[in-house]
Amino acid sequence: MSDTLDNDKPTRRDFLYITTGAFGVVGAASVAWPLIDQLNPDASVKAVSTIEVDISSIEPGSFLKVAWRGKPIYIRRRTNEEIADAEKDDNLNLPDPQKDIDRVQKKEWLVVVGVCTHLGCIPIANQGEYEGWFCPCHGSHYDISGRIRKGPAPTNLEVPPYEFVSDSLIKIG
Amino acid sequence: MDTDYKYEPKNGLTRWLDSRLPLMRFTSEHVLQFPTPKNLNYFWTFGFILTMCLVTQIITGIILAMHYAPSTLLAFDSVEHIMRNVNYGWLIRYIHSNGASMFFLAVFIHMFRGLYYGSYKEPREVIWILGCIIYLLMIVTAFMGYVLPWGQMSFWGATVIINLVGTLPLIGESLTQMLLGGFAVDNPTLNRFFSLHYLLPFIIFGVVLLHIWALHVPGNNNPVGLSVQGKQDTVAFHPYYTVKDFFAYTVFLLLFCYFIFYNPNALGHADNYIEADAMVTPAHIVPEWYLLPFYAILRAVPDKLAGVLLMFGAIAVLFFLPWLDTAKVRSGRYRPVFRYFYVLFVIDCLILGYLGAQVPEGIYLFLSRVTTIYYFAFFLLVLPILGRIEKMKPMPIGISNSELSRDMVAAE
Repeated sequence: MSDTLDNDKPTRRDFLYITTGAFGVVGAASVAWPLIDQLNPDASVKAVSTIEVDISSIEPGSFLKVAWRGKPIYIRRRTNEEIADAEKDDNLNLPDPQKDIDRVQKKEWLVVVGVCTHLGCIPIANQGEYEGWFCPCHGSHYDISGRIRKGPAPTNLEVPPYEFVSDSLIKIG
Repeated sequence: MDTDYKYEPKNGLTRWLDSRLPLMRFTSEHVLQFPTPKNLNYFWTFGFILTMCLVTQIITGIILAMHYAPSTLLAFDSVEHIMRNVNYGWLIRYIHSNGASMFFLAVFIHMFRGLYYGSYKEPREVIWILGCIIYLLMIVTAFMGYVLPWGQMSFWGATVIINLVGTLPLIGESLTQMLLGGFAVDNPTLNRFFSLHYLLPFIIFGVVLLHIWALHVPGNNNPVGLSVQGKQDTVAFHPYYTVKDFFAYTVFLLLFCYFIFYNPNALGHADNYIEADAMVTPAHIVPEWYLLPFYAILRAVPDKLAGVLLMFGAIAVLFFLPWLDTAKVRSGRYRPVFRYFYVLFVIDCLILGYLGAQVPEGIYLFLSRVTTIYYFAFFLLVLPILGRIEKMKPMPIGISNSELSRDMVAAE
């Protein structure tokens, strides 16, 4: 042990300290990960469920609210005036610029996730200054295309993945 | 604090115990005989009141957990079961739910007292910071507890608050899903909130012990803000402050009992007696009253991320208070200009609380912005600048001596 006084040279003991420490850190991290990962959504939650919705009963100018992944989806059948309204505003200086045509597959049908992009409340349909949606929590106004027009929400209402199975059936997810 | 008093075991048994576990010595030196400034006013009783609040919440909470079921299918009904069927369940739940409000009422008074009398200043910075940690833990605990009854406000309050995390760039979305355990507030969320709501009070208890430990190093601050200079300035904690604390607690209990027995739902929200519905947002989401000032700050800003940062900043700024306030004089009594800004700050916080419950439009939005600006200006502008330029009032020489300090008189 005579060389312990020589502090400049790494010793076998230093090597042991470092390797022990490194093994300890890796070991602790590998034990910690399951404890953290259990917080994440499990496979049963993640498994993307798809739903099919019969839209034949929706009258022009009205909407249907359905649940998908625990969130509400608004399926709105728009009238010609409403479509014209939405397209008229396409080139305004919008907070989150998007053309109406890019938000729909068929102009008549608007499908959006009914979750305010601010903090996750459900906006109320047919309300607000733009007669689309109004979020009661913090006062965000969306237009008839689900675009944010006024208030704290940063982005437009999200359009979920969907497809028309037939003229009267829509598949979300 | 150095004390002349030293514990002497009086008989063989206590001598035997003292050399093995000096429990009696500790109790005697740090509780019963602890030298405490003799001029403390009733604002200094809130430390004890808060301890009693914590104990009350823990006891009633443990009992409620015996009857509560943390499952989205059962939670709402099990709370109604507690209210209707469990013997005295209504009483225990009302104590617990109103106890949270009383806890916050007491902590606000406690904090405003510290702010006025400069209790955060050297050498008490660590006491203040530990207090801020306790306050933060209290907010998190109360928020999680409010989710457990699984009413509409529980659900939507949780949705809004957890979505705050989602505003963070890059990690926001995955972090939100991790906290929720899914894509929306649901059973996994409720379960983990129950688990953590049970855990956190014990963490708070631990930090409270640190808070008191740190307090017992320099000893209490006092209304004149001068340091204790000797035995003439102090009295023993027992019986002088045990009696004073118990008397104040009794008065505090009168208010507590008014809410429990005569107006148990006054501080809650009627919508929370509607079971949680993921498809319908209540027309008007409001947090519990004690979070309203921060909610008003959140909504004062049109930008989502900025609002969230400001809201967290409103609490974060408290941690830096000991270094933001540049005045050497502790007590607000001798700071004539500070007093005005202080009173304005208290009013500002009350207005923010009022605004947090209003719809954020028009005049309310404007007022939210003004009051938010003053909230931050008080900490970031007034306190740093005022400490350098304010002319202090003449101070007494010591706690026991009302004669004015010669230096201060000369300064006049």
